[in-house]
Amino acid sequence: MFESLSTRLDAIYKKLRGRGVLKEPDVDEALREIRIALIEADVSLPVVKTFLAAIREKAVGQEVLRSLTPGHQMVKIVSEELTALLGEDFKEIQFAPQPPTIILMAGLQGSGKTTTVGKLARRFKQKGKTCLLVPADVYRPAAIEQLNILGKDLGIDVYQAGEEKDPVVICQKAVQEARRKLCQVVILDTAGRHQIDEALMTELRAIKQTVSPHEILFVADAMMGQQAATIAQAFNEAVGIDGVVLTKLDGDARGGAALSIKSVTGKPIRFIGLGEKLDALEPFHPDRLVSKILGMGDVLTLVEKARQTYELEEQEELEKKIRKNQFTLEDFRDQLKQVQKMGSIQQLMSMIPGMSQVKGLKVDEGAFSRIEAMINSMTREERAKHQIINASRKRRIAEGSGTRVNDINKLLKQFAQMQKMMKKFSSGKMRGLNLGQMFGGRGGGFSPF
Amino acid sequence: MSEEVSNEQAPQENKGGFFSRLKQGLTKTRESMAGGIGKLFKGKGEVGPELLDELEESLLLADVGTRATEFILDELKRGVRDAGHRERQDVMAHLKRLMVEILEENQRAIEFPSGMPLVLLVIGVNGSGKTTTIGKLAARWKMDGKKVVLGAGDTFRAAAIEQLQEWARRTDIPCIHQKSGADPSAVAYDTVQAAVNRKLDAAIIDTAGRLQTNVNLMEELKKVKRVIGKVLPSAPHETLLVLDASIGQNSLSQARLFHEALSIDGLVMTKLDGSAKGGVLLNLSRELGIPVRYVGVGEKVEDLQEFNAKAFVEALVGE
Repeated sequence: MFESLSTRLDAIYKKLRGRGVLKEPDVDEALREIRIALIEADVSLPVVKTFLAAIREKAVGQEVLRSLTPGHQMVKIVSEELTALLGEDFKEIQFAPQPPTIILMAGLQGSGKTTTVGKLARRFKQKGKTCLLVPADVYRPAAIEQLNILGKDLGIDVYQAGEEKDPVVICQKAVQEARRKLCQVVILDTAGRHQIDEALMTELRAIKQTVSPHEILFVADAMMGQQAATIAQAFNEAVGIDGVVLTKLDGDARGGAALSIKSVTGKPIRFIGLGEKLDALEPFHPDRLVSKILGMGDVLTLVEKARQTYELEEQEELEKKIRKNQFTLEDFRDQLKQVQKMGSIQQLMSMIPGMSQVKGLKVDEGAFSRIEAMINSMTREERAKHQIINASRKRRIAEGSGTRVNDINKLLKQFAQMQKMMKKFSSGKMRGLNLGQMFGGRGGGFSPF
Repeated sequence: MSEEVSNEQAPQENKGGFFSRLKQGLTKTRESMAGGIGKLFKGKGEVGPELLDELEESLLLADVGTRATEFILDELKRGVRDAGHRERQDVMAHLKRLMVEILEENQRAIEFPSGMPLVLLVIGVNGSGKTTTIGKLAARWKMDGKKVVLGAGDTFRAAAIEQLQEWARRTDIPCIHQKSGADPSAVAYDTVQAAVNRKLDAAIIDTAGRLQTNVNLMEELKKVKRVIGKVLPSAPHETLLVLDASIGQNSLSQARLFHEALSIDGLVMTKLDGSAKGGVLLNLSRELGIPVRYVGVGEKVEDLQEFNAKAFVEALVGE
């Protein structure tokens, strides 16, 4: 399953174009594809079954919207249902009326608990809360040391347990210390454990009973397989979780585990982890994960990034210029700067549907700075009217920007093509610059060189 | 094709060891799901489409993935038809044979080179269990009388160096390290150099966890590999990818991309003592043909076991 669900469904429905209502056999055929897509995205099988039954009921007999193909209509139904299942939008952890707010972290080994503790602490600190981090993982070698280092980097206190080796006692004493020091948030980092490890689950329950945490966060690896439902359920039954943090979503994980976890526990997914750095923690938005599960890329995040970065006025100005065919090299350079402001191109590319599957896609981030250098080496006149750039001017620009004449030629050629494209755009309706179109869809590739 | 695999002839030497531990873990989930594969074959009766549907479900639940499941079931159907099997038990034996065959096709043991240390580079995504695997493997080899040195190449994650050093201390094995944030290639270089100078049998080099889609970090690993080759042109002799059994189909992407970048020689599957069954190995074996070297079935040193396809399938399928 390496094509997106919408592509698969499109293929099925090609022959059905024009029919007004989704019919039973068509829906069933589509459901088979959806089933495969969901299983390949690691959604647990029982969850898939319940889900498909709901979709079937919804879809059969539904009228196809005029603007959509039947395939898109199915995807629309599926993504709406998935979004509904994944729950409401981001919900912040509630702080206790009487501080400290006690947060207990639980999860399997290697799910990313300790790193998440660091990320949460950083987030709380930025909100002006004082935190105490508590290393209660006495089993994994150097786990305590890891939390100490994170605390030191963040400038946040870490509870020092000394010779104490009982996680329950450590947590209890740490909460007492937090009260004494008037800390607002205490985060308890426990050892990773299998849900079938009775001794460790009992320990977790004991910690819960002793300190009565306000929030028990289940930390789950987004790449988890079919067992995600069983594991989450077991944790929920054993200690009762309040929220979920989904880690390692920055790779190519489809994140079907999120759906499994959410549907068996009913508990909100609060945050997602998007990298190893301590600032790589983001609030969870169900709609975005849905497009990831369905292989539609994280278009929404990209759109939002673009919206944040582009100043509206600049955009309108640009639009005007494009309409009047006045787009110059200088505008081009400014555009590039805007794009760079949004983050690394590699990162942006990964959010575009289909791009994650383009093998060996490598973006030369340096190419952008080279283009910038070239344009900077031009005179104002040259930037406004690139047609006047002749061979001797090219040599000068190349020398000034540390590039070769060949590079200048390529840039000018590409710029001319771009102008041509923009002419086409401006003849039609164009509301704002659509980045998705600029970068091209699957494999279309936007390459400066 | 190994004819001797059947219900009655489970690998004897593994009773109480890998087999029982693995099965213990696997049984727990099997009970919680729709009865498990084994149960399907208990009763008598025709081998019909219903059975195949149930079988499909069980394979999918074990993370075998849609493609490998389809392949296995197609093969099974053909095999059952050709052999004229009527009893569920015969179908069961056939299924096991098929799965063992897929897994065993690429099995080879790690070979120690003569006249130089074996250089082993351990890679994988974050949290897959690299450092723990190294600790256990080193202890195991030491018990076998081999002289080993460790290289603390995860210079990124907080306290990763200390974690490996703790393993080294427990097992009394030297550990080459630099400070946090150092160039992992330099650590690898020093480690291989130390193994050569001290005439040791093996150098095991840890690396920082990284997601397979991170191009820059994959480049960093390629560099580590190149630098190792500068000390010993034939090294690393074994690039070992560590996979977490609780991960689903993403393991395929992990293996594929790590293999593309670094050419993997072997796999280790960790955390098989939980409820996950690691069925994705069947998918992996078919797609990439990389041998599975070890499986991790618990916390203790002896819980790192040599991979045994028959035991694995027995534990996965049950009876």
